[in-house]
Amino acid sequence: MQEWANQLCENRQFGSKMTDSKYFTTTKKGEIFELKAELNSDKKEKKKEAVKKVIASMTVGKDVSALFPDVVNCMQTDNLELKKLVYLYLMNYAKSQPDMAIMAVNTFVKDCEDPNPLIRALAVRTMGCIRVDKITEYLCEPLRKCLKDEDPYVRKTAAVCVAKLHDINAQLVEDQGFLDTLKDLISDSNPMVVANAVAALSEIAESHPNSNLLDLNPQTINKLLTALNECTEWGQIFILDCLANYTPRDDRESQSICERVTPRLSHANSAVVLSAVKVLMKFMEMLPKDLDYYGTLLKKLAPPLVTLLSAEPELQYVALRNINLIVQRRPEILKHEMKVFFVKYNDPIYVKLEKLDIMIRLASQANIAQVLAELKEYATEVDVDFVRKAVRAIGRCAIKVEQSAERCVSTLLDLIQTKVNYVVQEAIVVIKDIFRKYPNKYESVIATLCENLDSLDEPEARAAMIWIVGEYAERIDNADELLESFLEGFHDESTQVQLQLLTAIVKLFLKKPTETQELVQQVLSLATQDSDNPDLRDRGYIYWRLLSTDPVAAKEVVLAEKPLISEETDLIEPTLLEELICHIGTLASVYHKPPSAFVEGSRGVQHKRLPGSAGSGESVDSPDPGSAAGASEAPPAVIPSQGDLLGDLLNLDLTPPTTTGPPPAPSSGMQLGAMDLLGGGLDSLMGDESEPPPIPLRTDTPQSPQLHQSPSPPDYSPTELGGDLGGGAAMGAGFGAAPAAMPASFGAPVSGGLDDLFDLGGGVGMPMGAYSPPKTIWLPAMKAKGLEISGTFARRAGVIQMEMTLTNKAMSVMTDFAIQFNRNSFGLAPAGPLQILTPLSPNQSIEASLPLSTVGPVMKMEPLTNLQVAVKNNIDVFYFSCQYPISMLFVEDGKMERQVFLATWKDIPNDNESQFQIKDCHLSSDAASNKLQGSNVFTIAKRTVEGQDMLYQSMKLTNGIWVLAELRVQTGNPNYTVSLKCRAPEVSQCVFQSYEAMLKN
Amino acid sequence: MIGGLFIYNHKGEVLISRVYRDDIGRNAVDAFRVNVIHARQQVRSPVTNIARTSFFHVKRSNIWLAAVTKQNVNATMVFEFLYKMCDVMAAYFGKISEENVKNNFVLIYELLDEILDFGYPQNSETGALKTFITQQGIKSQSKEEQAQITSQVTGQIGWRREGIKYRRNELFLDVLESVNLLMSPQGQVLSAHVSGRVVMKSYLSGMPECKFGMNDKIVIDKQNKGGSSEEGGKSGKQSIAIDDCTFHQCVRLSKFDSERSISFIPPDGDYELMRYRTTKDIILPFRVIPLVREVGRTKLEVKVVIKSNFKSSLLAQKIEVRIPTPLNTSGVQLICMKGKAKYKASENAIVWKIKRMAGMKESQISAEIELLPTNDKKKWARPPISMNFEVPFAPSGLKVRYLKVFEPKLNYSDHDVIKWVRYIGRSGIYETRC
Repeated sequence: MQEWANQLCENRQFGSKMTDSKYFTTTKKGEIFELKAELNSDKKEKKKEAVKKVIASMTVGKDVSALFPDVVNCMQTDNLELKKLVYLYLMNYAKSQPDMAIMAVNTFVKDCEDPNPLIRALAVRTMGCIRVDKITEYLCEPLRKCLKDEDPYVRKTAAVCVAKLHDINAQLVEDQGFLDTLKDLISDSNPMVVANAVAALSEIAESHPNSNLLDLNPQTINKLLTALNECTEWGQIFILDCLANYTPRDDRESQSICERVTPRLSHANSAVVLSAVKVLMKFMEMLPKDLDYYGTLLKKLAPPLVTLLSAEPELQYVALRNINLIVQRRPEILKHEMKVFFVKYNDPIYVKLEKLDIMIRLASQANIAQVLAELKEYATEVDVDFVRKAVRAIGRCAIKVEQSAERCVSTLLDLIQTKVNYVVQEAIVVIKDIFRKYPNKYESVIATLCENLDSLDEPEARAAMIWIVGEYAERIDNADELLESFLEGFHDESTQVQLQLLTAIVKLFLKKPTETQELVQQVLSLATQDSDNPDLRDRGYIYWRLLSTDPVAAKEVVLAEKPLISEETDLIEPTLLEELICHIGTLASVYHKPPSAFVEGSRGVQHKRLPGSAGSGESVDSPDPGSAAGASEAPPAVIPSQGDLLGDLLNLDLTPPTTTGPPPAPSSGMQLGAMDLLGGGLDSLMGDESEPPPIPLRTDTPQSPQLHQSPSPPDYSPTELGGDLGGGAAMGAGFGAAPAAMPASFGAPVSGGLDDLFDLGGGVGMPMGAYSPPKTIWLPAMKAKGLEISGTFARRAGVIQMEMTLTNKAMSVMTDFAIQFNRNSFGLAPAGPLQILTPLSPNQSIEASLPLSTVGPVMKMEPLTNLQVAVKNNIDVFYFSCQYPISMLFVEDGKMERQVFLATWKDIPNDNESQFQIKDCHLSSDAASNKLQGSNVFTIAKRTVEGQDMLYQSMKLTNGIWVLAELRVQTGNPNYTVSLKCRAPEVSQCVFQSYEAMLKN
Repeated sequence: MIGGLFIYNHKGEVLISRVYRDDIGRNAVDAFRVNVIHARQQVRSPVTNIARTSFFHVKRSNIWLAAVTKQNVNATMVFEFLYKMCDVMAAYFGKISEENVKNNFVLIYELLDEILDFGYPQNSETGALKTFITQQGIKSQSKEEQAQITSQVTGQIGWRREGIKYRRNELFLDVLESVNLLMSPQGQVLSAHVSGRVVMKSYLSGMPECKFGMNDKIVIDKQNKGGSSEEGGKSGKQSIAIDDCTFHQCVRLSKFDSERSISFIPPDGDYELMRYRTTKDIILPFRVIPLVREVGRTKLEVKVVIKSNFKSSLLAQKIEVRIPTPLNTSGVQLICMKGKAKYKASENAIVWKIKRMAGMKESQISAEIELLPTNDKKKWARPPISMNFEVPFAPSGLKVRYLKVFEPKLNYSDHDVIKWVRYIGRSGIYETRC
């Protein structure tokens, strides 16, 4: 390496003949010394050559910082080339020599005034790269001038320089008003200046997630779209990436932007194409599906995506990773393009593997024959990973396309006949899945599989084979012998195999109890006594107890019918997919991970979501359309990624991410799993036996890694078996802690405020108008190691509050409080973390008020207003349940129009009407009306018939359910009659109870 | 954005290292060398994540180019940039080799400073760059020249400078197609497509406005609708359906999108005007018919027939058929009617070369392959038979209809421009399974 630095200078065509090879053979110290002399030479050429040598040494990693003052001295020159070299040196070493770097400032400032625009730009560009605080102060003035320079080349360089300066000193940039200047540049006449300004602003905005820096409005969007047609290919990428962050106001705006972006799909630069695809994929969400244009757009997307596959292999790889996402989101785009994903013999392995993935996703009845033929070809290739994946793919085709199952199985059998070790093992793993998908159909092949028992050396294949033997024990004559042979080396097997073997032998025993008693005892003792693996031991004990207490029940549990496995596997979790679609073309889409998973610091923490998709078909869990609509009104929600969940798992008290918006109804297996973990924990803890957790089902099911992500019903995880409830609760809490801000509807409406004032003036004891029951003890100290919680619910200014008094009746200090709810009927969830900042000392009480949101996960509870809560502190996790008055859920805009009321009342069938009596109430009808209004029960009309006042009232629940009421008050009669009508009659009972409580209070 | 850019030789020694962002440390250079260049395994992905730092790499001969970042960058852009960087370097000093990189290191630094600012790619058109970054150091420029340079670098027509003059206005247009095929042993087309490029050399004065027309089905159909019907039947046959096309940045995309007309102000010299892809009605110039027979366990008989399928007046050139042989081949006997055939043990293949072959002809090779007996259970994978060739027509059927040049300011007209058009069809991946 050393001598090439020498060579470099010799070979430079215009170099002088000064270089001398002996020059470089001297020791390092001498070399530096010589260079010093040359740098200070009077001859320009000699100087230049010396600087070049310095740069060459720098490149190969030698430390030439000692030459700093000498190199800086060369800066004052008219020779632009020399200047550039000196600048390069400065950028590298200025940070290590901050004081001396100041020496360079004058030259920079002078250069920024140079008549030559190239020199002005060079100076401002380099100055921004010198990360020395003292220099940045001097940078401000020249930068300000350059941002307004007459030459566009200088302006475009200055625009990027603002981003550089922001990276060094963000405050300075804000104080100096550079951000505004940068915003002005978006309207610059030169397209390249616009593009660089957009790039700089986007980057700065990324580190200020909440600032409205990139204030995108239709006017700026229009400017960007105009510049898009005129700027360089790179500029087009910056602009398109920025456009992708915009959310159009309506479908018309969305369409008009799409129309102006589509021409970019014909650009030669793949990055321009993919960024355009990103914008289109995102904005398409807003277009009505029946629109002609929507169909046209879908058609336009396919050809450019296919064209990306004729690019260089590296780009193909990026394109394929992205197509993988696009196909999951919109399979219709590429469904006819199967052939282009066929693997070519010379494709690099990374391209081959990705193509295979997409082939499986696109496989359908129409093309399955071709796909299978291809896969069979691939299974004979050389690359082991690729062959394995191909074999697995055949199995997945069988599961996906029923008509092809038979052919797939015979293909797999053919492959097993090749006796290639890894092919056989892979085939057995997938055949097991096929058995599960089509029970009692292909078991005839078991004999062939058993022949290969000896060649299986991978745990997954062994486990699969054992599962097959156990599952079909009654059809395999020598099942006991086979399993026994595995048992010999029990302790050398991996956990996966051990667990499977345990289950398989128990199955065998239940099927052929007479012959296998010895075997089952052997395996149980191996699992429970000789193993230190808790999972294995626990499972062993469970079986043991099941078998010893109730063999019939054991049979029911162990041999229970298994749920069918899903067709689509390896699918990306929908919310993550939505986020990744917003990141098409970027690294996130290559890794299939959210940026927060691989980007440090504040950048990329911002989660992106597709527009307008919150309320669309995905909130399956919502019981009625009302609540789904409610979710879509909320601002774009943010879902913690798996990474966040893990982070939260480690630290329950992690402050919630500073992102906005509540999570929508859960739509992902991940979250369901997390919540269920808690729910199950609560159930079992409270002795609720109504739904026994399906432990055996899961433990019984061998899951290949691919199937792990399949959206199967949430099951127990091994953690649960280990009794680690804390972990489960923590995970749930981590999830629930995410919504920091409140949904828009929580903002106190004006009327509510007025009511409050009125109520205060009236001297009613209730400060906020709404009825709030007195506090009751929810969690007695006895049950919670000294922590007593009493509490109530209140609705204040449109926000539901859970008000608690926490009392420490134990001897030690309590800290680290956190709270988490189980799923409940109205999706109540903490809108923020439990704010108990000070530790709770013994015998101390503390008041805590927890704002609640109503966009949490929904599950119908019995009784309806039951709420199961988990509270954690430094000592343990505690569970309790309480009931909230349904009046908490009456929203402020629950006043119905008269006409609507009449129509609705008639519309609701009479079956849904229920009548109740309220006894011993001595209010007049007006007083009652006033009192109820405080709790958002609105009187719409009043009628007096024969001395009886009839009040017609309406209220609306947070999930959009309307309740209509008719309250009859007869003067002198303390008994009121309430008739309630609602489309969801189950709430009537609760509403009645609230009426009684509100009126009597 | 891109945090740094490194160039290594095949040993992993750093030739160029330019860091743009503070989050990329010096150790990043070594991390890539250790984990990728010196890795024992074959490269499994062009993007590598090492300790939360992402490395994008491309290889040119034995030179590695790596872009480094810690952010969620636009990955497609990074690769496009790396390719562009290679193009720019090649345009300055030819082949990208260790020798050339070392000899031009100052120039490369200068280029990197210009085309990547804080990790954001800037104008990277060689035409523009060459006006102010030269191998001969910096020329002194007059004030007008400077203004012209900056306006060109940042301008709307960044790829062409003003004031170009030629005594003879000439245009060379090459339609280069590569035809790709995957055929089953039974002769069924599994997949076939043509990826074509229109490559131009323009030596035109001033700022000429060009318009390019070809037998694009959509355009022809549109014209026929308006025009007379008798003509329609004739030209309709000759038009081709283009699946997709992409253009050099000089082409006005919005105009193509709305009118499907290709108009542009061309760069000076060589450039690629467009790329396109077709899948329908492809003329497959050759058909390969393989016949493989296993005679016992130690012998294999292979017969391959190739048929040329185009006008007999045309000549195909540089024909090469590559027939893979098993790894345990001990000897091969070959008989071929035309050309020369050779067994290349190092490549595990029989290579059969024919210099020229006219259309509508047929030729055949027979081979007897002796095999060493092995106890290897694994079957021979039978890689496909591949073919190379060059034909003087466009297998997609594309025809250039016109290429008009308008230069309103200078007084030369479309007629004064000398235009040359050439069609070359080459084999891409042209494989027949056996």
